[in-house]
Amino acid sequence: MSRPAIRVERLGKQYRIGQARGPKTLREDLADLARRPFRRNGAAEPRTVWALREVSLEVARGEVVGIIGGNGAGKSTLLKILSRIVTPTEGLAEITGRVGSLLEAGTGFHSELTGRENVYMSGAILGMRKAEIDRKFDEIVAFADIGPFLDTPVKRYSSGMQVRLAFAVAAHLEPEVLIVDEVLAVGDTEFQKKCLGRMRDVSRGDGRTVLFVSHNMEAVQRLCGRAVLLERGRVAAAGPTGPIVAQYLARNESPTAAGAWIDLSGVDRSGSGIARVQQARYRSEGGPDGQPYPDGPLTVTLSIEVTAACTVPSVAVTLYDTQGTKLVNADTLLVGRTLRLEPGLHQLTLRIPEVHLNPGVYQIGFWIAGPLGAIYDFVPSGCDMEVVAWQPAGPGGPIHDDGLVTCRLELLDGD
Amino acid sequence: MTPASDYLGPMPQTGTAPVTTIRPPRGWAPLDVREYLGAHELLYFLVLRNLKLRYKQTLLGAAWAVLQPLLTMAVFTVVFGRLARLSSDGLPYEVFALAALVPWTYFANALAQAGNSLVDQQQLLTKIYFPRLLLPLAAVLAGLVDLAISFVMLLVVLAWFGVEPSPRLVAAPAFALLATAAAFAPGLWLAALNVRYRDVRYVIPFLVQIWLFATPVAYSGSLVPERWRPLYGLNPMVGVVDGFRWMIAPTASFPATELAAGALAVALVLLAGLFVFRRMEQSFADVV
Repeated sequence: MSRPAIRVERLGKQYRIGQARGPKTLREDLADLARRPFRRNGAAEPRTVWALREVSLEVARGEVVGIIGGNGAGKSTLLKILSRIVTPTEGLAEITGRVGSLLEAGTGFHSELTGRENVYMSGAILGMRKAEIDRKFDEIVAFADIGPFLDTPVKRYSSGMQVRLAFAVAAHLEPEVLIVDEVLAVGDTEFQKKCLGRMRDVSRGDGRTVLFVSHNMEAVQRLCGRAVLLERGRVAAAGPTGPIVAQYLARNESPTAAGAWIDLSGVDRSGSGIARVQQARYRSEGGPDGQPYPDGPLTVTLSIEVTAACTVPSVAVTLYDTQGTKLVNADTLLVGRTLRLEPGLHQLTLRIPEVHLNPGVYQIGFWIAGPLGAIYDFVPSGCDMEVVAWQPAGPGGPIHDDGLVTCRLELLDGD
Repeated sequence: MTPASDYLGPMPQTGTAPVTTIRPPRGWAPLDVREYLGAHELLYFLVLRNLKLRYKQTLLGAAWAVLQPLLTMAVFTVVFGRLARLSSDGLPYEVFALAALVPWTYFANALAQAGNSLVDQQQLLTKIYFPRLLLPLAAVLAGLVDLAISFVMLLVVLAWFGVEPSPRLVAAPAFALLATAAAFAPGLWLAALNVRYRDVRYVIPFLVQIWLFATPVAYSGSLVPERWRPLYGLNPMVGVVDGFRWMIAPTASFPATELAAGALAVALVLLAGLFVFRRMEQSFADVV
């Protein structure tokens, strides 16, 4: 029996939270030091939290394993430790084979460099040798489909092109062990399919081991033979994908009520963070208790915290089903209004006049992007929302329809 | 990224695959020399990236490598040469000052770039693994291109002032090497401390200013009394600047004591710095 590609034994990561974390000034540190003898009564010990605790798992060579779990379950922390970006507090991990990590699109990219230069820079930073990049260069460029723009600075690319090029480089990374974070959720559906397909080829064809974190249950089920469910930093369950995914969906917290402000500070997110959706609230005027109903209106109010002045052409509220399929993408790009935001707190309200979703539980995700597709905030799964079976006063009772989306129907006279 | 065996094609046998072990940090970590050596290609790309970005983003680009020392020399000549009438060891003050400003400008810029290298590339620190040492090293190496350009300019100025070229000029790369190490050694410390304490960013310009006065750029090293020379020489840039002056002034004596003291100081700071950096490296992504 050959040795497993990845072996994790009782891995743990502890963080100090609150003021004790993050960069400080020397003055603060010295002041803390001076105060310490006077703090003997046990007050003000820095609070700690275990992002991961006693996590053990084994991945055999050639397996594709999905890591799933709710927000804050520790998925990203696990990937960061395995990618050697952060160090564990306790435990051990052993990886056999060359490791490649994809934790975000466009790592190493710089907008001033040309497409060609970025392919080399990004490839080298991701771990490819120059000879390897040379060999795969044409393939990468073809996959990205950026046409004749190879030698123009990336800042002139459309956002779609930028994303495609970044993924093209990443998709051609061929380590023995591949660690992938929710990177594939960005980009249009067509391209996502291409990337997923490529990952599948890479794992099946060459027997590479893949560790895949995602909120998209459909992708997890399609790609992964096994799944591990994390909850609050611990392994809640592990086994064949189907039952584990079912367990995750069943355990999912009950949807949040309409009208209430939902705190999004702790959710999984990516992006530069210049603008962040800190809180959100949804309601449907006229719905029962403000809950959305099929074909009814939906208003989503976002509280956005901005740390640096920015131009925002795209703010989106996205609705997914529990499998992670993107159903509705309500993006301000559709109304063509670009926002100019100064540092501070801003409130933005989006209203969808008719939400054509049947009763069920849906996930709301958020997205804020700047010019040329620079991602400021991407939350794949912010909170849950329930669309209730209800109809405003009218003849007949609620119509049961088991499609995902609603439809109007007319019966035309026939023979 | 584990230090890669050269890409051999699909799936090497388990026996030859590299194994990465990840453990909690235990105080002082050993220097993984093999890993650093294996990363030379990435270093090349980081240096290239550094250079391309600098030249693409600035208006003057490569011209700045020539203008900065030249303009400073002009100011120094007026202030220290004419007004203050400092001795210039028998050379025209312009040449005297420029010979020092060429390596000094390199050092000052390299030190600042190295010190800010980690903080300026935060996204790289949190999204991908590679030996973090490469970032300050790339910053310091990228500056050598500017040094080469300004050195050529120095030769031109020497010719303009009718100073005879001497065979001593061959020693230039050796002094450049010392200047590189002189920038890298403290640069390491500053880079690591900067991640944790953001004040360091503001300390750097101040540090460079003080350092300028501790180096015989505007004045001659002969102002310093003989018995203080070894101590003075602990500043490695003293040896470098004196060395540059020795190359162009036939009457100057070889600054052996200063070079020895400077090299020793750099070696100690560098060695200690490598260990401190390695230790602090383990928590960069947590704190940045």
